[in-house]
Amino acid sequence: MLNKFPLWKNLMVIAILAIAALYALPNIYGEDYAVQISASRNASVTTDTLGRVEQTLEEISITPKGVTLENDQILVRVNSDVEQLQARDALLRELGTDYIVALNLAPATPDWLASIGATPMKLGLDLRGGVHFLMEVDMQEAVRKIQDQMRDTVRAELREERIRSTSIRRQDSDVVVELRTTEDYTAAEQYLDNRYPGYTLIEEEATQTLRLRMTEAKLKETQDYAISQNVTILRNRVNELGVAEPVVQRQGADRIVVQLPGVQDTARAKEILGATATLEFRLVDDENSLRDAEMGRVPFGSELFPNRNGGNTLLREDVILTGDHIVNATSGFDENQRPQVSISLDGAGGDKMSLATRDNVGKPMATLFIEFKATGERDENDRIVFERHAEVINVATIQSRLGSNFRITGISSQQEAQNLALLLRAGALIAPIQIVEERTLGPSLGKENIALGTQAIVWGFVLVVFFMVLYYRKFGLVANLALTANLVLIIGVMSMIPGATLTLPGMAGIVLTVGMAVDANVLIFERIREEIKAKRSPQQAIHHGYDSAFSTIMDANITTLIVAIILFAVGTGPVKGFAVTLAIGIITSMFTAIVGTRAVINAVWGGKRIDKLSV
Amino acid sequence: MHEIIKTNKTISFMRYRMAAWFMSGLLIVASIVSLSVNQLNWGLDFTGGTVIEVGYETAADLPAVRKTLDANGFGGAVVQNFGTQQDVLIRIEPREGVKAQELGNEILSLLQSESNGQVEMRRIEFVGPQVGDELTEQGGLAMLTALICILIYIALRFEWRLALGAVGALAHDVIITLGLFSVLGLEFDLTVLAALLAVIGYSINDTVVVCDRVRENFRKYHKGTSEETIDGALTDTMSRTVITSLTTILVLVALFFLGGQLIHGFATALLFGVVIGTYSSIYIASSLALALGVSREDLMPPEVEKEGEDLDPLP
Repeated sequence: MLNKFPLWKNLMVIAILAIAALYALPNIYGEDYAVQISASRNASVTTDTLGRVEQTLEEISITPKGVTLENDQILVRVNSDVEQLQARDALLRELGTDYIVALNLAPATPDWLASIGATPMKLGLDLRGGVHFLMEVDMQEAVRKIQDQMRDTVRAELREERIRSTSIRRQDSDVVVELRTTEDYTAAEQYLDNRYPGYTLIEEEATQTLRLRMTEAKLKETQDYAISQNVTILRNRVNELGVAEPVVQRQGADRIVVQLPGVQDTARAKEILGATATLEFRLVDDENSLRDAEMGRVPFGSELFPNRNGGNTLLREDVILTGDHIVNATSGFDENQRPQVSISLDGAGGDKMSLATRDNVGKPMATLFIEFKATGERDENDRIVFERHAEVINVATIQSRLGSNFRITGISSQQEAQNLALLLRAGALIAPIQIVEERTLGPSLGKENIALGTQAIVWGFVLVVFFMVLYYRKFGLVANLALTANLVLIIGVMSMIPGATLTLPGMAGIVLTVGMAVDANVLIFERIREEIKAKRSPQQAIHHGYDSAFSTIMDANITTLIVAIILFAVGTGPVKGFAVTLAIGIITSMFTAIVGTRAVINAVWGGKRIDKLSV
Repeated sequence: MHEIIKTNKTISFMRYRMAAWFMSGLLIVASIVSLSVNQLNWGLDFTGGTVIEVGYETAADLPAVRKTLDANGFGGAVVQNFGTQQDVLIRIEPREGVKAQELGNEILSLLQSESNGQVEMRRIEFVGPQVGDELTEQGGLAMLTALICILIYIALRFEWRLALGAVGALAHDVIITLGLFSVLGLEFDLTVLAALLAVIGYSINDTVVVCDRVRENFRKYHKGTSEETIDGALTDTMSRTVITSLTTILVLVALFFLGGQLIHGFATALLFGVVIGTYSSIYIASSLALALGVSREDLMPPEVEKEGEDLDPLP
């Protein structure tokens, strides 16, 4: 019989709509004001902590909407933003610096929905307020650092082999070894040839110089490593900030995106994120005269650095240990109540430290604090020029052989000890980063954007609905049902896809979809009208109308879909957000307009004798 | 049953194609001239620099704000109202300096101290200049890729003459919309770029519907010239074209008036693009294909040799 859907098809339509509606549902519950508690590295969140939290809340007589311990985090939901602030302050006082207490908004999704994995759509920063940073990694510095390590390795190994060299230094991205005699040259050449994977040996016999040059592959590997290392470290630092739902992602060859929803204090965020600090431990050069060095005659193999007291300190060029090996650092006080930082090293770091301090007991060792700051200038490749600021923060005599746990003293304030510990804990950035893009949006503007966008969607929707009924009568009603279902589907799908984020242009995309979604129905209905004009029976008209419009709808939508996919692939930020909703909208509108309306029309008009169609 | 366009006769669209060519040609030339003379008013996303949007409690005194900025070394700043009297948008060109990204905070605290802290930060954006350069490249690339992919798809599904016509119409729409932005001096930012790509999406949708009908009518009616067949197809799809454009324009009008300032450029570009796109799918795409000599033979379904076709029927 014409125009009857089999039962399974009707059930499928209903099932798809029901699922979409279910997953779209969390969006109408809104969000609770919440306080999020997570542990710093040397603490953990346990049920004990939970007890302390509950007691603290009781003391300030706040009855929370809920307190949950999940994924090593405690989430306290409260009733208002006033209570939220009160709770945060009280909890900060109670828990101290071992815990990170941050303001958060938690979706107020009911448990039964949350248990099937239904969550509200993620909102972009333009709808939520917060900070967005785009950071660029200084690749030259990353390479330089690796090459410095290489230089130290080569120097140590040649010494071990008793090959005497005039100088071993890093020149751009080469390590250059200059040798005194032909015998040494030959020996070094034999020793270094094919010794280091990722390096090619360039021989310059005339000057008795050997160059170790990074291969292209090694260079790329170094850069990739620098980026991923920096992403990890930035993620750690963001966690230290205690931001709810942060985003840290690599973008392109040398960029990293960091998004901190809800953060308003950009200055502090930048300070923590942008600081590229590391420590180096080096021996103090006490064999040469400091005064000579200060006059400009820095002895070979040593470097001059300023220290905290306004003077200078002469240090050996060889680095005993860099910050990369630090696994934990905590601030505290020594027995004389002076601030100190306790440091734990990883295995390799412990070995290095132990080896270097073994032979140097009684000698002074310095802690060098190195920071990279953007100068604001650019080199010929339009890259930002970074300046290295190094400062000796303390010098201590090595009392005994050090292992993987030791401490640094001589820090001027507790605040500084805390900052230093935080930076060390978060790890040393392997290469300096520079913020190349920054966007901050106030939370009230975010709310306003949501309100305006919703308003536009509602009014656009109402106008189209009104027009369709006016023009197509009962069939227009059916198209409007499809349009409503389409909106629900878009929201449902957006909520289901984990990576999808709703942005302001995304909302614009939904508005546009509302306008364009009726197109498929218009095509079908126009065909039906044509068929009726051609004196076909109503049932035949419906049947042929749908059939002949089908290929047109497919072609038209697939081409638009191609555009959406390209937008998604090439675009960033707003363009991407727009592309996602557009693509989802095209697919869902095809479903609702072709299958959805057909189901309704079949159910109402199908399989009966009818003389006239209301289209 | 009521209709917007009631016809039982075929409208001879193609008869006026010379007039359409002339008008489009004129618009395109004007757009290109304007684009090269006035250029586009590139937004922050493309130029780099700093944008600060602040909200005052009462109507903001723009001259005073300018004076404050001038006095503190931010001479070249653009200061304007944004939406309401209370909201002020400040744009500062990218400049060499250590604290480029801290300018925003600096200016905010400056304004706050001038007006006793009654200024609310609504938005601060800083974009480095080379990010903007890349974006321009990327945006152009996206548009080009989209055009090429569409060209390939339509050429495969339909016919190369129709594909060229469709892509020609798209380029036509993009150039004229860009021209409008240039003539009116509207800011061209990332959302406008997104809108422009949406115009491509919309316009191609429209064009494909027409192409589809052209193909169908060529196959269905074996009489009539190419011109008459195209006219017929355009007439057949006319109501649909008008209605879909109308509903889309309806929601875009809602977006334009209710969507807020940040989305204004987006809505403007799309509104204009939809109108131009509708016109071009009627006139430009099909008349281009006609000029390229599209004919019935080109659109007949490919002869598929069916299995056993060359065998004699069983007795």
